Amino acid sequence: MLHEISLTVNGDHHAIVVRSHHTLLQVLREQLGITSPKRGCENGECGACTVLLDGLPVNSCLVLAPEADGAIIETTEGLSAGGELHPLQEAFIQHNAVQCGFCTPGMLMSSKALLDRNPHPTEDEIREALVGNLCRCTGYVRIIEAIQDVAGRGEEG
Amino acid sequence: MAGETNHPVGKSVPRVDALEKVTGAAQYVDDMAFGPGLLYGKLVHSPIAHGLIRAIDMSAALALPGVKAVVTGQDAPRRLGLYLKDRFIFAHDRVRYVGESVAGVVATSEEIAERAAALVHVEYEPLEPVFDPYLAAQSGAPLVHPDLGSYEVVNFIFPEPGTNISEHFRLRKGDTEAAWPRCATVVESTYTLPQIQHAPIETHIAVARWDPSDEITLWAASQSPFAQRDLLAQSLGVPHGKIRVISPYVGGGFGGKAGISIEANVALMAGAVKGRPVKVRMTREEEFIATNVRQSLVAKIKIGCDADGQLLAMEVTYYFGGGAYNDYGVNIARAAGYSCTGPYDVPNVKGDSLCVYTNHPIGSAMRGFGMPEIHWGIEQVMDLLAERIGMDPAEFRRRNCVRTDDTILTGMTMPRIDLVACIDKVTRAIGWGSQPAPSAPNKRRGKGIAIMWKAPAMPPNPGSSAIVRFNEDATLNVYVGGQEIGQGAFTVVAQMAAEALGIPYEWVRVSANPVDTKYSPYEWQTVASRLTWSMGNAVKAAAEDARAKILDIVARYWDEDPTDLDIKEGVVVSYRSEREQPLQKMVVYGLPNENFEGWQGGPIVGSGKFMPTYVTGLDPDTGQGTRAVVHYTVGAQAVDLEVDTETGAIEILTIASAYDVGKAINPDLVMTQIEGGAVHGMSSAFEGLRFDQSGRPINGSFVDYKIATAKDAPRAIHGDIVETPLEDGPWGARGVGEHVMVQTAPAIANALYAATGRRFTDLPLSSEKVYLAMHPEGPELSCELPDKDPPGA
Repeated sequence: MLHEISLTVNGDHHAIVVRSHHTLLQVLREQLGITSPKRGCENGECGACTVLLDGLPVNSCLVLAPEADGAIIETTEGLSAGGELHPLQEAFIQHNAVQCGFCTPGMLMSSKALLDRNPHPTEDEIREALVGNLCRCTGYVRIIEAIQDVAGRGEEG
Repeated sequence: MAGETNHPVGKSVPRVDALEKVTGAAQYVDDMAFGPGLLYGKLVHSPIAHGLIRAIDMSAALALPGVKAVVTGQDAPRRLGLYLKDRFIFAHDRVRYVGESVAGVVATSEEIAERAAALVHVEYEPLEPVFDPYLAAQSGAPLVHPDLGSYEVVNFIFPEPGTNISEHFRLRKGDTEAAWPRCATVVESTYTLPQIQHAPIETHIAVARWDPSDEITLWAASQSPFAQRDLLAQSLGVPHGKIRVISPYVGGGFGGKAGISIEANVALMAGAVKGRPVKVRMTREEEFIATNVRQSLVAKIKIGCDADGQLLAMEVTYYFGGGAYNDYGVNIARAAGYSCTGPYDVPNVKGDSLCVYTNHPIGSAMRGFGMPEIHWGIEQVMDLLAERIGMDPAEFRRRNCVRTDDTILTGMTMPRIDLVACIDKVTRAIGWGSQPAPSAPNKRRGKGIAIMWKAPAMPPNPGSSAIVRFNEDATLNVYVGGQEIGQGAFTVVAQMAAEALGIPYEWVRVSANPVDTKYSPYEWQTVASRLTWSMGNAVKAAAEDARAKILDIVARYWDEDPTDLDIKEGVVVSYRSEREQPLQKMVVYGLPNENFEGWQGGPIVGSGKFMPTYVTGLDPDTGQGTRAVVHYTVGAQAVDLEVDTETGAIEILTIASAYDVGKAINPDLVMTQIEGGAVHGMSSAFEGLRFDQSGRPINGSFVDYKIATAKDAPRAIHGDIVETPLEDGPWGARGVGEHVMVQTAPAIANALYAATGRRFTDLPLSSEKVYLAMHPEGPELSCELPDKDPPGA
């Protein structure tokens, strides 16, 4: 079955026709050409497809496309839309929190969601917030440090 | 200009690929656009572990609207293999593991392909399977490959036809029988570990297009674009030049994307729909069961030392569970054979390392290539010996570990390393000898140590090549064929090129993404922790070639001797005349002759290559030879952990690592390998593929097969870098990508012993296993399954 939905992705408004059984991840990647959310398991287990839906982190592989009607979606592409890197992106570069990079967009979105709701998280809170985002390369050490760095900067400012 | 020359080698410059990756711009195969003509493929997997294929009925699948083709191994059986050609691209006459590709369906959508795959009806005649590598190696075991004797094999691998043994490496040094009576103590034990998955977050994916002109293009998430081209060419009978493999960023490899996996299948599927690209992307479940995995191992070890703790003799037999096809696994057993003692100087050694066929998934390369497997047992027996003779385990290792210029077990002279320094670093970092109190009365705390060695395991002559090319503004493009799989290869390439040429690091661009066999210089494979060393040498040679050409031009321009000239910060300087010539423009346009009478020079292009030429064969009966391998990287790890006696839960508090990398080209990138490897190694100690009695995998998802999360990673991961320059490494560098996880599991086991007094010989570890070991009488509060109705029903 086909559904007409409208959604805002990284500030751009889209009115599109989607199939009932397609996921938000499929719509983003295949219909809108937004490829930073990755397909890692399509079962909600790895977090590589994490995007923000109305400000909350979701596994976009578990959101059916019609459910995204009216939603405001943010992906990694939108973090530096104004031409300047988001502080988290800068910190990920600075701390070498990136290796193969496949989990990175999902990690960034989970990190942003965390800092949006809790600008000064403890290390435990950071680890808890990332528990749904699997990374096989980094051992998470630098990712945690990068988030701590950004949270700390906020304090100074 | 700053007075001091900037030296990029040895500096922790930022990664060259980081910006693309944090902005979502980095492209992986699944992100590439192939247009509306793209077709989708789905593999049909064997549901049984061992059986003959009687018939394949694809009529129902072909009748489904949208299905374009079904490909099987029935029509044109083609063998495939790197070291031992033991596998058909699609199963031909029999299947040997659950998950084996029997057919491939091509359709206009992923959904149709998936439905059609379920409609391919395969009739099997089941055969008796064999799963345990030790049992499979015994006579009378069901044969997985009755035709083993007829397979094409390289000259350093020795299969035993009529058995399930695909490789038997023999190491004989001294006389173990004569040495046992001289031992003050001897320990003997068996250690096992299961198959585990690489579990990269990006699953295997390939897109192939077979043009009507028989030109084949393959886009693949690949550590081995050139090896894949070679294997495809051999298997399909197509000239190398007509095959083009393109590989953009890889979303994690760890060895799983080395060699060849699904890529040849996808090429054959594309051959059935010539002119249109076909994409096959493995689901997570397929990734777990139908792509390569790390081999399982049964290790039998006997070892003895004298009363002073000097190792005297060691006998090992390794039974590697190679799974259904061993085309890559045979070389893992070989590597385990020539390194079978671990990093120790043992005067009398009898080693047998076998790769054994079983009806489990294909055992293949994984980070460490046989070394994590054998160190699991080796590093525990060393602790057992140390305890028996009353010596500190760290001291025992200092006493016996391999040193520079030792004649090691194969007869080779050990290139420069400093393992003792690594042991000293980790014992200091972990506070070896001190016994901090546990955090609660129900907890026990313990520390353990383990050391390692690993050589790049390769054919004797794997080559690297590189090209550097200047632009008008003196920026430099470096071309390499090695792959960026997360380890930071492109970044160190840029550092090395800048250093060798004398230009700022910021002027260098690495033009290697995607790796494209049509344009990239040859690189054997991105495996074996070999890129920094081998590709690094090629990059250095290419940069030096370009440097020599530049100096030659300027020397003639100034009428000076090139040996008096140097390039600093992108400016040619003369130490004799103190003249200066910026590189801008001249590296493309050359320089005018005196009085503008003509020009000299021209666009500067440098090329370089590296290939080890000194590796020798080994005697098939004794494993002895002048030079078994190129070199070894060594290291140590120490673990501090706490065990909850009420639940058996293990919390790893600290992992301290130290590796001798020769020269850290980028120290912070070395540290990120050390940290990531420690967590990977820790995670691997708790991982294992599980199968039911008929060989069907039962934990093919991240829910049932857990890998370490952000909550599992230790609070403290400490790393130290030791730098003992390697004789033929660029600036002395040797690789470290795999070594960082080799000995983590036994370091944990040794710490567990210190905490609980219990030895764990079989991986994976689990809270349950630890609890039961500490409570041999069984749980105090047993949770019994209700016989009939649950209470209250």
